Amino acid sequence: MIITFDWLKDHLKTNLREKNLLEQLTNIGLEVESIERLSADNELFKVAEIIKIEKHPNADRLKVCDVNIGENDIKKVVCGAENAREGLLTIYAPPGAIIPKTKTKLAVTKIRGVTSYGMLCSESELNLSYESDGITELKKEFRKNIGKSYFSKSKVNLIDLSITPNRPDCLGIRGIARDLAASGFGKLVDLEEKKIHSRNKHTLKVKINKEKGQGCTAFGSCLITNVKNSESPKWLKDKLTSIGQKPISAIVDITNYVMLDVNRPLHAYDADKIEKGIIVRNSKSGEEFTALDNKNYKLESGMCVISDNKGILGLGGIIGGTRSGTEFDTKNILLESAYFEPGSIRNTAKKLNLDTDAKFRFERGIDPLSIEDGLNKAAKLIKEICGGEISKIDIQKIETYKTKKISFDPNIFEKISGFKISLKEMIKILENLGFGVKSDKKRLKLGVPSWRPDISQEVDIVEELVRISGYEKIKNIEPIKQRKKSTLNKFQKLFHFLQRSIASKGYLEAITWSFTDQRYNDYFRDKKKEIKIINPISTELGVLRNSVFSNLIMHINKNLDRGFKDLSVFEIGPIFNGSNPGEQNTVVCGLSAGKKSRLSWIEKDRNVDVFDVKRDVIQTLVEAGYDSKKFFIDNKTPNYYHPGKSGRLFLDNRNDQVAAYFGEIHPNILKQVDMKTESLVGFEIFMDNLKLPEKTLNDLKVKFSFSDYQKSERDFAFIINKNVNAQDLINVISSVDESLVKNVRVFDVYEGENIPENHKSIAISVTIQSSEKTLNEADLEQINNLIIKTVENKTGAKIRS
Amino acid sequence: MSDLKKIKDEFFSKLSGKLDIAEINQIKSDLFGKSGLISTQFKKIGAIAESERKKFASDLNIIKDELQDLISSKINELESAEISKKLEKEKIDITLPERSFVRGKIHPVSQTIDIISSIFSEIGFSVAEGPDVENEYNNFTALNTPENHPARDMHDTFYLDEKKQKLLRTHTSPVQIRTMLKDKPPFKIIAPGRTYRSDSDQTHSPMFHQVEGLHIDKNINMGHLKGCLNYFIKEFFEVDKIKMRFRPSHFPFTEPSAEVDIGYEMKNGKIIIGEGNQWLEILGCGMVHPNVLKNVKVDPSKFQGYAFGIGIDRLAMLKYGINDLRAFFDCDYRWLNHFGFDPLDVPTNYRGLSR
Repeated sequence: MIITFDWLKDHLKTNLREKNLLEQLTNIGLEVESIERLSADNELFKVAEIIKIEKHPNADRLKVCDVNIGENDIKKVVCGAENAREGLLTIYAPPGAIIPKTKTKLAVTKIRGVTSYGMLCSESELNLSYESDGITELKKEFRKNIGKSYFSKSKVNLIDLSITPNRPDCLGIRGIARDLAASGFGKLVDLEEKKIHSRNKHTLKVKINKEKGQGCTAFGSCLITNVKNSESPKWLKDKLTSIGQKPISAIVDITNYVMLDVNRPLHAYDADKIEKGIIVRNSKSGEEFTALDNKNYKLESGMCVISDNKGILGLGGIIGGTRSGTEFDTKNILLESAYFEPGSIRNTAKKLNLDTDAKFRFERGIDPLSIEDGLNKAAKLIKEICGGEISKIDIQKIETYKTKKISFDPNIFEKISGFKISLKEMIKILENLGFGVKSDKKRLKLGVPSWRPDISQEVDIVEELVRISGYEKIKNIEPIKQRKKSTLNKFQKLFHFLQRSIASKGYLEAITWSFTDQRYNDYFRDKKKEIKIINPISTELGVLRNSVFSNLIMHINKNLDRGFKDLSVFEIGPIFNGSNPGEQNTVVCGLSAGKKSRLSWIEKDRNVDVFDVKRDVIQTLVEAGYDSKKFFIDNKTPNYYHPGKSGRLFLDNRNDQVAAYFGEIHPNILKQVDMKTESLVGFEIFMDNLKLPEKTLNDLKVKFSFSDYQKSERDFAFIINKNVNAQDLINVISSVDESLVKNVRVFDVYEGENIPENHKSIAISVTIQSSEKTLNEADLEQINNLIIKTVENKTGAKIRS
Repeated sequence: MSDLKKIKDEFFSKLSGKLDIAEINQIKSDLFGKSGLISTQFKKIGAIAESERKKFASDLNIIKDELQDLISSKINELESAEISKKLEKEKIDITLPERSFVRGKIHPVSQTIDIISSIFSEIGFSVAEGPDVENEYNNFTALNTPENHPARDMHDTFYLDEKKQKLLRTHTSPVQIRTMLKDKPPFKIIAPGRTYRSDSDQTHSPMFHQVEGLHIDKNINMGHLKGCLNYFIKEFFEVDKIKMRFRPSHFPFTEPSAEVDIGYEMKNGKIIIGEGNQWLEILGCGMVHPNVLKNVKVDPSKFQGYAFGIGIDRLAMLKYGINDLRAFFDCDYRWLNHFGFDPLDVPTNYRGLSR
């Protein structure tokens, strides 16, 4: 919402300065977004004429224009507009000018090899209108202005306010003035509209159909006959241009002016183009009409339309149609001032993807009692400027507006705001805002102004009072430093622990989007359901991720392209299994690419491999407090892992939830994403599958005890079928005698010469220690033999002699 | 001169010369070997007259100790000289690079979330969470933003179904709803997390982070809200004083509503928070709307309180001088390394929020 202080002064008597105004606007909730001066920058935009056009040598759709910007100063400008033609008067922006719409500064640039000095602007680029097809076309009267600034010189500041959606009343200058006056910034000027006293009959019949879901509850109108539409007088043009609007014709300008001034949208029809009478009704499915934006709209059923016998004239409260639009030769006008239901407006506009100024206002709620005032104000201006005769005003209604009443307990104010103001002050503020106020015992009986659809209960009154008194009056109550509940729950603690634990192993933490490219997602989707976003920001971000790998692999690839070779990144965050709330899991997912010890003078380099990520996963889980002795690992992994070099981990074998996967990423995927690296390994830890311990780690610890008796290390080498897992062998040995076998380590694995086919040799070191005595040779020999016998019996292995 | 004195003098003088290990060992065996001079003297003890025996034995022991000490110190001397000589040959170029190591880092947003949690923990807030995918009711309707409310336009929402019933949450406020539906008042939570809007440019990213705050109890008023946020901002930016401005605004789920600006100024191209004449909007807040309390079955005549929502990425940008929001999610190795934090750098209250 753009205003000027000058316009505001039509409604507000004040001696204060603009600087105070800006502060006060923000203080009462009408946030000043920006202040712009039209003159300084905009003087650069000049009226210019295209005098010659050549085809761009390297681009079919571009033209090279010679542009006269005054006194035979000719500039070469490259332009792509279809309507650019020789002799066209238009608006030229030189290098250095800032385009109002995009706020970008122009520079001399080469476009496909041809240097362009400046730019020819469309109306939308200059914020003159929404017209973005082609460059501005100026009338021939502008010929005398070639070389002069298009915008009139102005020392006026444009104040751009961000009006929150609850304050439609402040979409009119008067509403803003009222709020300012209530806050003590001047006095609201009394502007009682005088009623039109006319004897002329309103000859056009208006009917609002009583239908289900009728979006129009009141339709006021008057006829103005024998007008002569023309350009607006200077004061009106200046008013509109002062806030950056483009004057069109007196009738259109007047309706715009009334809308901007008091937020009363109006619509002017060419009455001669209306067949018989006006019918306000619901549209039928498939009905069509051409709107003033020159687009054809096909309607669904139930949209509120203004129609006549022949068909649709306009979408009520949104946009008029071309059939009944006013032009310079319009003689008789029907002026409409109606009330449309916000919900109906919004539904229709959304379905048709239409956004207009009127729609913006009606969907927020127009003052239902402003129908008559609006007609009076506009009709009188039209008569003043265009002449003609005004008819009686006709108002058709299917509902009568009733003033909202609120019974307000003044004590609530302090209870919520935490500070006090006197009852007298409260009454003054509310009256200034337009409330009807009656004191009734200990309560205030309030009548809500018709222009405030946002106010319906006591707390809304509190807000008005705090807002106008000033938020700076709110006290600053220091918080008490006291903690009654623990800050994090167990899951959250584990989250933070895993995050830092993985990072401490050399992984950089990344945060990537929860959505991803469908193609990448498919690589890692496994058997999960694809979850589409129906309105994605781009097709590359069209689905929710089923795995974090999709994004990480994309980013690893980008970093490889940046010249990095050895990369480790991880992310901890959600993956999605379905489109319902809660169908998501928290995953710690990491990828590691390239080599270890690349270009090292001291260590031999090697590719990162599955045992790197296996260590990272296991160490992290161990650090998090899980007992690695209970871990169970096998090789059943999703299809995006290398089928032979990957594993899945369970916290204990009785548990059926997978705690983690780890392994090499399937080489096919690397090929498909065109990744060039020596090796790519990754892991996923599924946080939701990690059982949270009931007890603290401290409580989980067993009693501290150790044996001082001598321990012995015995080495064994077994020849065993290739398919037997090392883990099974270790488990068998460990279970031989848990009181004696303290540790089992694999220190060599060998296949090849001297080993039978499909077999391997595994060398194992076993630590044997008793907590009761020092074992003698005989004891050791006994356990030795027991180990060999058990392993051979249970696994089919043979001790290597 | 007694024999003992003679032995001592003779060997002291021998040992004062330049000897190698072998020679010293020879001397050692000359003295203490089976038939060494000192050993022989010990054998004599028994044959000496009783009157002199004690003194002789004592003298002999003293000389024995003196000689032994001298020999072992000589040996030490030689051995350490020998080690030094050996080490001299082992000298390496110590300026060669160390064995390689890799350093992981924590993302600045994660670090910021930890800092925020740590600050609010001090004043009694717990951390709550909610899902990224929400239903329309929790994200809008329950928050007093019914369908056809123009405030919905401000949230460019990603939908997951044609009926627009399932969506990616546009703010962390639905966690308020979930928290209050699940438990009974009082409530005192913060809820950091991912949020989504279909908007993308220099200052908007389709995904960003927010932290929600909610404090509902019997007598919580706007003064508590102001005090809490003032405390938080001061702690977060680690300054003693902060210039802060509350100004009226509108959110459907709070009434009255406010936006909060903090003062800042630019010094040498760097932003200084807490002073200066410029204002920077950093959060929205207000008293929870009675309609919201009713929707979650909390009696608004008994309970009231405040809620706020802060953009986490924005806070991180300000605290760490990061200019481009989109870089947060770009996973550029250089950026992550530059702005990331050491995993050991855990923000805590007693060690401080940052180093």
